[in-house]
Amino acid sequence: MVKNSGIRRAIRLWAPLFILPAFVCFVISFVIPFGQGIYLSFCEFNIPKDAAWSGMDNYTAAFADPSFGRAMLNTFLFAVVSVIVINVPAFFIAYFLSGKFKGVNLFRTAFFVPNLIGGVVLGYIWSMIFDGILRYFGTYLIASPVYGFWGLVILVAWQQIGYMMIIYIAGFQSVPTDMLEAADIDGATRSQTLFRVILPNMISSISVCVFLSLTNGFKLFDQNLSLTGGAPIKTLENGMQVNTTELLALNIYNTYGINRHWHGTAQAKAVIFFLIVGGVSLLQQYLTNRERKIKPAKHTDAKEGKQK
Amino acid sequence: MKRSTDPRTQSGGRDIRTIVFAALSLLWVIPIFTALINSFKTNDGIVRGIFSLPVGDDFAAGENYVSALTFGNYPFLKSFGYSVLISTVSTALIIICCSMAAWYIVRVNSVFSKVFYYLCLFSLAVPFQMLMFTLSSTAYRLGLDTPFTIPIVYLGYGAGMSIFMFTGFVRGLPYEIEEAAVIDGCGPVRTFFGVVFPMMSPIAISVGILQLMWIWNDYLLPYLVLDITKYRTIPIHVQYLKGSYGSVDLGASLAVIIMSLLPIIIVYAFCQKYIVKGIAAGAVKG
Repeated sequence: MVKNSGIRRAIRLWAPLFILPAFVCFVISFVIPFGQGIYLSFCEFNIPKDAAWSGMDNYTAAFADPSFGRAMLNTFLFAVVSVIVINVPAFFIAYFLSGKFKGVNLFRTAFFVPNLIGGVVLGYIWSMIFDGILRYFGTYLIASPVYGFWGLVILVAWQQIGYMMIIYIAGFQSVPTDMLEAADIDGATRSQTLFRVILPNMISSISVCVFLSLTNGFKLFDQNLSLTGGAPIKTLENGMQVNTTELLALNIYNTYGINRHWHGTAQAKAVIFFLIVGGVSLLQQYLTNRERKIKPAKHTDAKEGKQK
Repeated sequence: MKRSTDPRTQSGGRDIRTIVFAALSLLWVIPIFTALINSFKTNDGIVRGIFSLPVGDDFAAGENYVSALTFGNYPFLKSFGYSVLISTVSTALIIICCSMAAWYIVRVNSVFSKVFYYLCLFSLAVPFQMLMFTLSSTAYRLGLDTPFTIPIVYLGYGAGMSIFMFTGFVRGLPYEIEEAAVIDGCGPVRTFFGVVFPMMSPIAISVGILQLMWIWNDYLLPYLVLDITKYRTIPIHVQYLKGSYGSVDLGASLAVIIMSLLPIIIVYAFCQKYIVKGIAAGAVKG
């Protein structure tokens, strides 16, 4: 332990070299923008320098903006739908592709490849494909918010199924072999093995993937921007315009783009957005910790189930 | 796993699963192939129908690729070059600086290192829209709005995730080896670069690949931070193809897209194993 503190002292002497580059940059790109972002959400401003305190005005304006409500609704719907549409197929594809048969590596690659492509490019490719298909029906992608919404769901499922598949495959491969062999010897059927032996061992993979796709759904921006850009626009009775396929991230971005009087409102929306995404992360943290405490019990559960 | 003990699957011959998944995989890559095929068609051919083959009058040979180089008011090779510069320099900076910081955080258990670590964790839950306006104005004020200085912004923004991944790994490293190095007369700098960093290479590769993929495909951060009249990256370039009104050259746009995919497919071909590992490692964070 004495030597232990020796090396600690030695590192501390060199601390600036070790920690300062990352820390200074972290302060520049995260700490300052974050603090300033919170502060500015209570101000009227064009650029950060000319900020004037305006209390809760921005938050009132944000909630009064119909486009924000629409984007909120779109985002919640989209996040929930995409979690299901991504995870169910990914789980079963991974179930089969964690086996060994001819071409399995090639198939895994095929499913994963969309993840290499950036969201903007994906949106471009898919808008071309959707328009190409809808042309046969005499219509086009941004003709209806329904097309835009489901188009985005299809795009994101196509992209992320391969990613979640990788995580699920890692999960399947870490199911203890002795449990599977025991199930086999005891004459468990394939579905019994899947639901009573494999599934209980997959809970942590499932929770990782569900939360990953949920936060991805909430934070989605690039694909939304380049697929429909929020179009089609609907004009309300009071003359306000609402982008019908806008998710929250894009709505915040577009609000900044209206004009300088909307900057404060956009920042307030961003803070609300942060609270939602942060809330989801906290929930995940809470559930993961609880799951870790329960886990040993689950293992014995699975073993008992198998012994019956 | 179960299947390996199943005698039916060890035959190695034709397997129903091979046939089903071959069909499914083909279906999966159709969008990419559609883009590839149409990049060899004339604009009239693309408008006539995107699922036809490039034959007869529709065949444009390499014309689209030639016009893609200059199409869009900005030379493609320039955005390509800036993309390569920004993503490689940023990734290298992130790997070096964040691994050093993570070692410090784990080995020096001070209040400062705890605060920094929890700030990193916290930053993972903050969406970019929360920071985008203030980050771009801070970057502008500090002169970080060029491709040569933007890696500093990326280092700061990528630090949360990278330090989180690195610290998890450093915690599992044996202390005795470093101790031995110090007893043999190594200073902290030599101990780190000569002994610790080589042991960290598996996680360094995973972090590097995750960050490289993210930065290469990132659109909004460079769009807001860079002076885009002078500097563009590939995602910005692609977004501008769609944004440019008037006669959109579809064939040339698709050629741009195909060319932008090539480098990342090549990287994937060489690093497939590490990419898969990196995802499994990054997934722990969720």
